[in-house]
Amino acid sequence: MYRIVNSDNSRSFPSPHDFIASASRSESESEVRGGLVFTGIQAGRDYLRQGSNPATFVAIELELECLGVYTGLDHSEEHQHTVGFARFRMGSAEPSQLIELVRHAWTSDQAVALARTAFENSGLVVAICEDFPGRIVNTLIRPYLNAALSRLDEKLATAEDLDKTLCLGLGYPEGPIELLARTGLAEHYDVTSALYFALGQESYAPARRAHVSKQRHKGII
Amino acid sequence: MNIKTVGVVGSGTMGSGIALVCARAGYETIVFDRNQLALDRAFEQARKFLEKSVSRKKLNQNSADEILSCWKGVTEIKNLAECDVIIEAVFEDLSVKHELFSELNSICPDHTLFVSNTSTLSITEIAGGSGRDDRFIGMHFCLPAQLMKLVEVSPGLNTLPDNLACIWQFCVDLGQNPVKTKDTPGFVLNYFLVPYHNDAIRMVEKGIAEPGDIDKAIKTAMGYKMGPMELLDLVGLDTQKLLCDALYGATYEPRAACPSLVKRMIAAGHLGKKVGKGLLNYDNNNMFGA
Repeated sequence: MYRIVNSDNSRSFPSPHDFIASASRSESESEVRGGLVFTGIQAGRDYLRQGSNPATFVAIELELECLGVYTGLDHSEEHQHTVGFARFRMGSAEPSQLIELVRHAWTSDQAVALARTAFENSGLVVAICEDFPGRIVNTLIRPYLNAALSRLDEKLATAEDLDKTLCLGLGYPEGPIELLARTGLAEHYDVTSALYFALGQESYAPARRAHVSKQRHKGII
Repeated sequence: MNIKTVGVVGSGTMGSGIALVCARAGYETIVFDRNQLALDRAFEQARKFLEKSVSRKKLNQNSADEILSCWKGVTEIKNLAECDVIIEAVFEDLSVKHELFSELNSICPDHTLFVSNTSTLSITEIAGGSGRDDRFIGMHFCLPAQLMKLVEVSPGLNTLPDNLACIWQFCVDLGQNPVKTKDTPGFVLNYFLVPYHNDAIRMVEKGIAEPGDIDKAIKTAMGYKMGPMELLDLVGLDTQKLLCDALYGATYEPRAACPSLVKRMIAAGHLGKKVGKGLLNYDNNNMFGA
């Protein structure tokens, strides 16, 4: 059992979901000793304000930041039952079923297992990763999307042929150009900018088309 | 040109998949490999694949028998002399390919078209060592070839338009979906795929996530049928290294450079699905799908 502390505007749970509905409303001592899940844009700050607590696991919703922002990077008794999580979504698309569950090497295995079970019991799919900018999906997908945008500029192929080749050749449900058009180039700019700043690798530098889209989005025209 | 007989050089994962595509389309298919054991293994994998297709009612037994009757394995290159088209699916090594095509050029009639399944090397450069660069075309099938419909068709600088048109029609007759790509490193697919796979391997190397979690995340988040680890194991870690070496050699793109984990896995014999152990573990090396 777990309780939810919600500060609104959760990217992971923007609409009703079993995971939210299944949470306990009770604040009895036994329930408080269950899990504690912080959601919404203030999740990390709420966690820090809360101070120490007796929960068996604590989960903090993350956006692009690392879990270490709230727990520190080095082993800490105080934070050893704390994990981070984010339900992956591309830009303005609906969230996927994937929960990226973030842990440190020193996070207790029991806390990770309990958090995993809580999410899985609500039909979500959990993948565990260490605390790293971009976690799993953004780390792998964003350079690929940047490369597709660059190749489009270099006229390797038309957008349609590029998408068709990758869909037919790899069985992808959607090509990179169509995916970005659907979910938002400006958001791709935001994510890649954050990763480029954190990692300093050129493959994360926002592609020209994303940069232009962001400027249009901000009304700089 | 009326294509009746197709030669396939190499009976590894790619070669056997291409041979199955050709035999399934009714072409007399001669599979050449100097290793009889590799030939036997490829034929057995094709037989099991068709057996699965029959059991899943995608094919009847007579059709499966007919397909297998079109497949002939040979260990001597001279047996390819009567082929109308020869598709090469050997290691991504320019000198190996030059040697092969040079030998084929000396035994094949003038009308035989040469095709390379290379996924990273330049078609023009391979054609340059073949002795018939005007009759040379790239046909890059995708893994698993027996299931994936896309073929990247690339002419070299000296390929004659009529020969390109002939191979294009051949590709359509195989039941494949050709897409014309420029003769640039990695064409379209591997230009994206090789660095993406390397990024995934480096993620394992850095201990950011386990291979199973990486695949689960990518499949669930993006709706892909296969995760990068699964696909890498199907491609083979040894092949991935060759792809890296070829693509990095042509582009000097840092993400295309072969990760050290790949080299260590090759040294340890963890080559992927074909040996039952790669980034993931397997209990068989059957062909993917039915």
